[in-house]
Amino acid sequence: MGAEIQAGQAMIEARQLKRDFKARGRTIEAVRGVDIDVAAGEIVGFLGPNGAGKTTTLKMLTTLLRPTDGSATVAGFDLRRDPQGVRRNIGYVGQAGSTIGSARAGEEIVSHARLYGIDAATANDRARNLLAALDLADVWDRKCGSLSGGQRRRLDIVMGLIHNPRLVFLDEPSTGLDPQSRANLWTHIRKLRDELGTTVFITTHYMDEADSLSDRLLIIDKGEIVAEGTPAELKKKVRGDTITLTMREEKDATEAAGVAGLLAGADAPATDGHIVRFHVSEGASTLPVLLAELARAGIEAIGVEVNRPTLDDVFLTLTGRSLRD
Amino acid sequence: MVFVPGLLVQLGIFGGLFVGFGIIAEWRAGVIDRMMVTPASRTALIAGRVLRDVVVLVAQAIILISCAFLFGLRVPLWAIAAGLVLIGLLGAAFSFLSYAFGLITKSEDAFAPLVNSLALPVLLLSGILLPMSLAPAWLQALASINPFKHVVDALRAIFRGEIGTPEVALGVALAAVLVVLGAWFGNRVFEGQTK
Ligand SMILES: Nc1ncnc2c1ncn2[C@@H]1O[C@H](COP(=O)(O)OP(=O)(O)O)[C@@H](O)[C@H]1O
Ligand SMILES: [Mg+2]
Repeated sequence: MGAEIQAGQAMIEARQLKRDFKARGRTIEAVRGVDIDVAAGEIVGFLGPNGAGKTTTLKMLTTLLRPTDGSATVAGFDLRRDPQGVRRNIGYVGQAGSTIGSARAGEEIVSHARLYGIDAATANDRARNLLAALDLADVWDRKCGSLSGGQRRRLDIVMGLIHNPRLVFLDEPSTGLDPQSRANLWTHIRKLRDELGTTVFITTHYMDEADSLSDRLLIIDKGEIVAEGTPAELKKKVRGDTITLTMREEKDATEAAGVAGLLAGADAPATDGHIVRFHVSEGASTLPVLLAELARAGIEAIGVEVNRPTLDDVFLTLTGRSLRD
Repeated sequence: MVFVPGLLVQLGIFGGLFVGFGIIAEWRAGVIDRMMVTPASRTALIAGRVLRDVVVLVAQAIILISCAFLFGLRVPLWAIAAGLVLIGLLGAAFSFLSYAFGLITKSEDAFAPLVNSLALPVLLLSGILLPMSLAPAWLQALASINPFKHVVDALRAIFRGEIGTPEVALGVALAAVLVVLGAWFGNRVFEGQTK
């Protein structure tokens, strides 16, 4: 047995974790040697576009896929030498869900608990407590297929927590949910850490999810980790605020771009039809100057927007592509 | 009443073979990953499913035999019990195989033709659909290396009230070997899921 892991100590420590897939004679390097450090008690977001290698990494860390190379200690157990130790101490909520529609929620949770060797009475108690904690108190006899998307996702989380794991992996938990259910799910995930002290490793391709939920972020692209830090730290890497001007006509946009490009601290503006977009270090103080300069040049903007940098801007700066693509 | 053994074997083969569709659905819904991430033994995960299938199969077989009784089937109780064991073994072997193929293909579109191409020769060559005595010599020779023919023959013998004859022994032994092979293969495929 591994020693009890204290808050702040390493919960995940992966070194040069790598996974290739062979498909039709081609080798796909899905994950190209990633280092991951997660401390106990953290919520760490694993952000990247579709196909970046998030699920593959998660499956390696949860013993579902064997790494091609590299090593990892997860929840205090060596991934290769003691996969059973890892399994006993982690929870995993897969991207695809975890229930078939015809199964009844309560029975399904209890039978899942039995796979951990938990006796039926204890499983029953824990299941009811967890369901209540995740606002699912009345779904016990319901068929999984009759639950709403948000309820079913929370049911998946209940299953992933049934053995009181110290570390839980969530693979894109809010994909396909409406905004309200997503916000609700985030509240529950935060509660998990705040009230139970569970360490959470969550993958997502939504920057707002990564931003609002994670203490710290790892950004992955094409199988490699391209940045790491708190959301605030990462945003500092971006060229300041974005100013977006909407003009009445395209020729106004060209002129406005000329004016904007002369402002102190501005980068080269990009025009797209009626829209001009550029970056400045301080959006709020630049705006009055910009408007005055435009008025002097005799052009009028019909819309002005200042945006603080988002994680998408971070991703764009790092990779030259948008997360939304 | 010569139909009953044939029907039972058919029940065992098809009941077993089609369970693979279920596991493809489970895999797609994330159920397999959810179970694989627990410390539960991989053997238990597949064998548990197979045992459930065998229970269902035996229940179906009992219903079928009860109906046959209404229509005048008269065989001793021990023969029925022995027959159910044989059918259970056959069903288990096919369940193991079917789960293995389901998880190898992971797609109904690939699984369905695979199962059909397996079921058809097995049925034809076991003399369930047509009596093998009508077949040309080469087909009979082919049939005699089909283990399922011997299982059907054993079941027919049991229903005739024979037990302990070489025919029965061969059929039961072959069915048991098929279960062992199926279990070995199924277990391998289950374990291979996390490779
Ligand atoms: N079983 C597999 N066989 C072949 N290629 C795979 C397999 N699983 C994933 N991939 C490929 O590996 C890459 C990373 O996939 P994945 O980890 O699922 O990305 P993400 O979860 O970030 O969307 C993709 O190019 C994907 O097509
Ligand atoms: Mg994924």
